[in-house]
Amino acid sequence: MQSAISISLSSPSPIPRSCPRSLRFCGLRKEAFCPDASPGATSLRLTTLNLRYQHSNLNAVFAALKGNGAASSNGFDYDLVIIGAGVGGHGAALHAVEKGLKTAIIEGDVVGGTCVNRGCVPSKALLAVSGRMRDLQNEQHMKSFGLQVAAAGYDRQKVADHANNLASKIRGNLTNSMKALGVDILTGFGTILGPQKLKFGKGDSGDKIITAKDIIVATGSVPLVPKGIEVDGKTVITSDHALKLEFVPQWIAIVGSGYIGLEFSDVYTALGSEVTFVEALDQIMPGFDPEIGKLAQRVLVNPRKIDSYTGVFASKITPAKDGKPVQIELIDAKTKEPKETLEVDAALIATGRAPFTKGLGLENINVQTQRGFVPVDERMRVIDTNGKLVPHLYCIGDANGKMMLAHAASAQGISVVEQVTGNDHVLNHLSIPAACFTHPEISMVGLTEPQARERAEKEGFEVSIAKTSFKANTKALAENEGEGMAKLIYRPDNGEILGVHIFGLHAADLIHEASNAIAMGTRIQDIKFAVHAHPTLSEVLDELFKSAKVKLSASKTVAEPVPV
Amino acid sequence: MSHSHLLHTTFVPTAPPSLRRRLGVGAHLPRKPHLIQSKIREIFMPALSSTMTEGKIVSWVKSEGDKLAKGESVVVVESDKADMDVESFYDGYLAAIIVDEGLSAAVGSTIALLAETEEEIALAQSKKSSSPAPASASAAGGNDAPMVLEEMPSPVPAAAPAVASVSSNASAVGSAVHPASEGGKRVVASPYAKKLAKDLGVDLKGIVGSGPNGRVVAKDVEAALAAVNVGGGSAATTAAEVAKPSGVELGSVVPFTTMQSAVSRNMVESLAVPTFRVGYTFTTDALDALYKKIKSKGVTMTALLAKATALALVQHPVVNSSCRDGKSFTYNSHINVAVAVAIDGGLITPVLQDADKIDIYSLSRKWKELVDKARAKQLQPQEYNSGTFTLSNLGMFGVDRFDAILPPGTGAIMAVGASEPALVGTKDGRIGLKTQMQVNVTADHRVIYGADLAAFLQTLAKIIEDPNDLTL
Repeated sequence: MQSAISISLSSPSPIPRSCPRSLRFCGLRKEAFCPDASPGATSLRLTTLNLRYQHSNLNAVFAALKGNGAASSNGFDYDLVIIGAGVGGHGAALHAVEKGLKTAIIEGDVVGGTCVNRGCVPSKALLAVSGRMRDLQNEQHMKSFGLQVAAAGYDRQKVADHANNLASKIRGNLTNSMKALGVDILTGFGTILGPQKLKFGKGDSGDKIITAKDIIVATGSVPLVPKGIEVDGKTVITSDHALKLEFVPQWIAIVGSGYIGLEFSDVYTALGSEVTFVEALDQIMPGFDPEIGKLAQRVLVNPRKIDSYTGVFASKITPAKDGKPVQIELIDAKTKEPKETLEVDAALIATGRAPFTKGLGLENINVQTQRGFVPVDERMRVIDTNGKLVPHLYCIGDANGKMMLAHAASAQGISVVEQVTGNDHVLNHLSIPAACFTHPEISMVGLTEPQARERAEKEGFEVSIAKTSFKANTKALAENEGEGMAKLIYRPDNGEILGVHIFGLHAADLIHEASNAIAMGTRIQDIKFAVHAHPTLSEVLDELFKSAKVKLSASKTVAEPVPV
Repeated sequence: MSHSHLLHTTFVPTAPPSLRRRLGVGAHLPRKPHLIQSKIREIFMPALSSTMTEGKIVSWVKSEGDKLAKGESVVVVESDKADMDVESFYDGYLAAIIVDEGLSAAVGSTIALLAETEEEIALAQSKKSSSPAPASASAAGGNDAPMVLEEMPSPVPAAAPAVASVSSNASAVGSAVHPASEGGKRVVASPYAKKLAKDLGVDLKGIVGSGPNGRVVAKDVEAALAAVNVGGGSAATTAAEVAKPSGVELGSVVPFTTMQSAVSRNMVESLAVPTFRVGYTFTTDALDALYKKIKSKGVTMTALLAKATALALVQHPVVNSSCRDGKSFTYNSHINVAVAVAIDGGLITPVLQDADKIDIYSLSRKWKELVDKARAKQLQPQEYNSGTFTLSNLGMFGVDRFDAILPPGTGAIMAVGASEPALVGTKDGRIGLKTQMQVNVTADHRVIYGADLAAFLQTLAKIIEDPNDLTL
């Protein structure tokens, strides 16, 4: 089975959005769930099923098919139909089978969705290349290790192949994992016809109609291209094209300096391009905790071959043709007055992502999208035009716009499956981590400092900040990667973790100790007693928790003696 | 540059309580605010930690012309410990930024000007242009100990125009961050070309681009720089040489820079002065011990020597005098110790003014600031030509003794060699190991006689051998 892969897929849109955090990320969830308190018989059957699956693929499919069908009742074709086989749909499907639901998933394109095919996964392959190039090109870094390296070079096509091969492999893994469990993969576009009823197919007479007790919409998103920008897929591109790496321009303008833009700037500058950011807000890298953003700018932008224009919109972008370069017309973001025209070799549009919700048949059930997003409540239940919940219909992932991250979609899907199998469940979005896979990486969970302070003021509690530096971490220094910091935002009165932000080596892997603590409600006064292996980067967080000043002492539960 | 018409302000860091705790003494450095008519205040580099001697401007939160409310963050400063937001103590307008982002400034030096009203912004900006401030490109790896002191120091008044033109050149480049947008004739330059041009002080406007569609790329900037270097003689050459100090082409004839010409003139002029030399050997064990003790507080040996010399000069005003017209003594009212500093392409003598009156810690900070300014070629004329006595120290290179040429316009210069352990016979008939330092004073015999120097050196020896007064 594939392991978790999570990456940035897009950037905050230049237009401030109403959702609490304009994070758009994507990721695959790990195939491991805690078996919960389901009826004894069911869990026993599942255990057997899983065991057999390990022995023989054939048996597994057989058993799973049997299992998948057996639970269906009430005269519906399926217990659960999911529209969209991206990371969100996949996560929901796997959990549904585990809970004994007869499940089908409808996919109009390829399994894996944006993340696997056009997002996190291939971009991770490119970033793996850029990270190594950076190391090899950094003479000082190599010399400080005593290493000598001759001029590093790369073969563009092979780099592109690596990204493409990785996407195929993960797509295969995803498809197989669903097939193995007996999820019906239905090909075509899904359209809702009415309550608990939908059709799928190419939209012609060959469409098939099916019924389902519950339906999950998980149709995801596509790159947002603001009007006035002509995307030709060659010199004016979106992340979809950039990930194919068909050429490495000498000079590329990246419109949008959020996660997608930042990651691509890392890739392109490592491969020798010069980059110009075009950002509508007043500073690049909006959306990060300000302190982390500043540090990131000092490390990821200032020393690299990058410049930026802030407070401007790209009002018109014309692809290169007839020997003319790409033309980008900039206007002032506030006054709308023309500022200047950039001439570059290529432009990457990384202004965010737009929900992909057209043709879903939402009008048949009286639901109206808001700027394309499907309105949902905190349990992902779809809300119709009258503000009422549509029974048995849920929407997860980018299509609802709550938190545009693949792993968030998956978590939302699991939450929905929990609800339809009788366990009320509300996902804590503040416990969902996010990461940007630059070199070094940026990661975060929970609130930023300004958000925490705002909330503190409203609710009347005190906020404290603790910080630690990678400069003090043995492992980071051994790697000659002392640049970085971790920041903890917490309540000194009760030890609640409000947010953790990390910039530094392997930050994306380090964040989970904090996100798990938030999800489990673990308090600082307890987690500070947890032991970390020495010397590891995880000690950055260990120190972070230890440096916090909480007014309460550890709760009793930590002190249970375990004989050794 | 006179600060007397400026209000001194203090900035406080807005650090979370956890950090604020550690700020220690530095956070409330003594400041002596003195008031005057115009409501323009200087914004200083704050001391964010007890060990901080200089800070780097990470970013300006506010831009020139922005309104500031008391308590609002203005600038982010990187200290030796952390980055901190620094907030304003006053309402007003950020009138002029003197130290740009990415540059460093010594603690206590002016980094920006604050105007009380909008009308005063222009006034403040005119002040800024008349007084470029301390800044050093920290990217130039400026942490190593200052390469101080040269064999033939000379205050180089004639270098003033050169320094001024270099700095004005630099500020012109600073304002042309996006030259591609300016004027009818567009200059299109790639991001890296722009960065290089800014770092190397090259004006993009004059460069013909060789990139796609005539775009200026990095190699065009490098080529332009090389071309300027060959041309020579201009202020741009000086800037260029700072960027590429090495690379001497053998067999070529390289004309003097403006600064080097000034040095040359002064050296020839010095031949008209009848000088003589007196040597002395100091025992420096006590001084070395003191230095070790207070080194952590930012005190440098140069500052200690300057302070000791200044205290000795108080008792021997004639050694601090000079002969201007060949007919009279000019007894200087201030004791300004000039210290020769080698910089790329020449040398300069930053002056520690009133070294006898300033405490050793402030003197050390002042020295650091002066060296940074000297490196950045931003010294103001009175900061290098107001010396009344000169020190030249080659001790750090292991030189045990040497001979200095007297800078015209002053009475004496002291050449300082290395402190080295030596076996010496003591008065009680024993042999002991002592650390000794040789000095050699060159003086103008028209005003300073042998007995004057001997008495001065004896006083200096007493101070150096019992140096505790230096820290008072």
